[in-house]
Amino acid sequence: MSHYELDARRMFCPMPVIRAQDKIKELQVGDTLEVVATDPGVLNDIPAWSRINGHKVLATRQVDDEVFVLVEVCESK
Amino acid sequence: MSQQRKAVALISGGLDSLLAAKVMLEQGIHVEGINFFTGFCVEGHTHAIRKQDKDKPKRNNALWSAEQLGIKLHIIDVVEEYKNVLINPKHGYGKNMNPCLDCKVFMVNKAKQWADDNAFDFIITGEVVGQRPMSQRKETMPIVSRESGADDRLLRPLCAKNLPPTLPETEGWVKREEMYGFSGRNRKPQMALAAEFGFEDYAKPAGGCCFLTDESYSAKLVDLWDARNTREYEMDDIMLLKVGRHIRPAAHYKLIVGREDGENKFMQGYKNSFISFKTIDIPGPLTLLDGVATDEDLKIAAQITARFSQGKNAESVTIEVRRTNGDTVTLKVKPMTAEEVKPEWYV
Repeated sequence: MSHYELDARRMFCPMPVIRAQDKIKELQVGDTLEVVATDPGVLNDIPAWSRINGHKVLATRQVDDEVFVLVEVCESK
Repeated sequence: MSQQRKAVALISGGLDSLLAAKVMLEQGIHVEGINFFTGFCVEGHTHAIRKQDKDKPKRNNALWSAEQLGIKLHIIDVVEEYKNVLINPKHGYGKNMNPCLDCKVFMVNKAKQWADDNAFDFIITGEVVGQRPMSQRKETMPIVSRESGADDRLLRPLCAKNLPPTLPETEGWVKREEMYGFSGRNRKPQMALAAEFGFEDYAKPAGGCCFLTDESYSAKLVDLWDARNTREYEMDDIMLLKVGRHIRPAAHYKLIVGREDGENKFMQGYKNSFISFKTIDIPGPLTLLDGVATDEDLKIAAQITARFSQGKNAESVTIEVRRTNGDTVTLKVKPMTAEEVKPEWYV
């Protein structure tokens, strides 16, 4: 199991979701991906995308103008 | 036991695509959604940029629709491929720079390719005969089916009863009698069906979900193309058309003047690409200059920046002018009056 990071700063939704979706396709079940973004919409959109595609959001946080979403790759529904 | 058939649904985030997908789910079809990002989508970007929108929920309506339906959603970046649709629309533009018919053909074709690659049987859309003046007319709907290559694998569940039977109907995968015969611009049948399915709080975009249907945005796009003498564009170009006042005092340069803090902050990310202007001692906008500028042009740009600052009635305002290499100079200028900013300068 590996941990990855995705820099989606200065991208606006849905681009961070698209980049996360494309990255997760390359990962294995149990891997984690942390998305770092500046569009606060990411705090809603990546969890929503994860829910409908069967992945688990482990944590979300906001530090100043940046948001972080940590996703665990699960067996796709 | 018969094989469960699979349909890919174009999900825009609006009510019609939500209902079309639901009608298929009710018939036992396995449905997954597909959503295309062209760069011109109204929602998302402007909410993220403008400070005054910060209190509104920032949900993505396509994701919300998929979640309501309990289906997967595949969001596809088509920004590069979409350029050809916008620049060379075979069927022309609508009222503004909206190439709606070519756009629909393009999206259904992309959905068909996706369906072929993923072993899905057919494609569904939320189209309704007569609902849109360009792409959703009885005469143009067969064009979408034919030119997309989807042919009779394209099913429109909300108006299927008004159209010739498609493959999913003739093969018995879906029941024609359990679909609908909606037509025209009246939204009441869709709203009643939404209530029947228990959908509330669905998106109700005024004027569509694409910036290209917007008169003001289209004017800015045409101005950009004319000024550059080319229709090529990059993502940053179309993003900047969404923010600020666009003022062109002369053919060789344009100013983008931030309207509020959210826009100013967003535009700061472009300070290394454009000459920028900001007030020093008083609150005011950030202004970007797109084009080439003489010293006199820089002075005019500074005066316009001052015009939209809180010092607009002052005798003079100090403006910092920043070159793209980081060098700065300050100019002390008299703010332009409202009358001096000529109406024809506004793009």
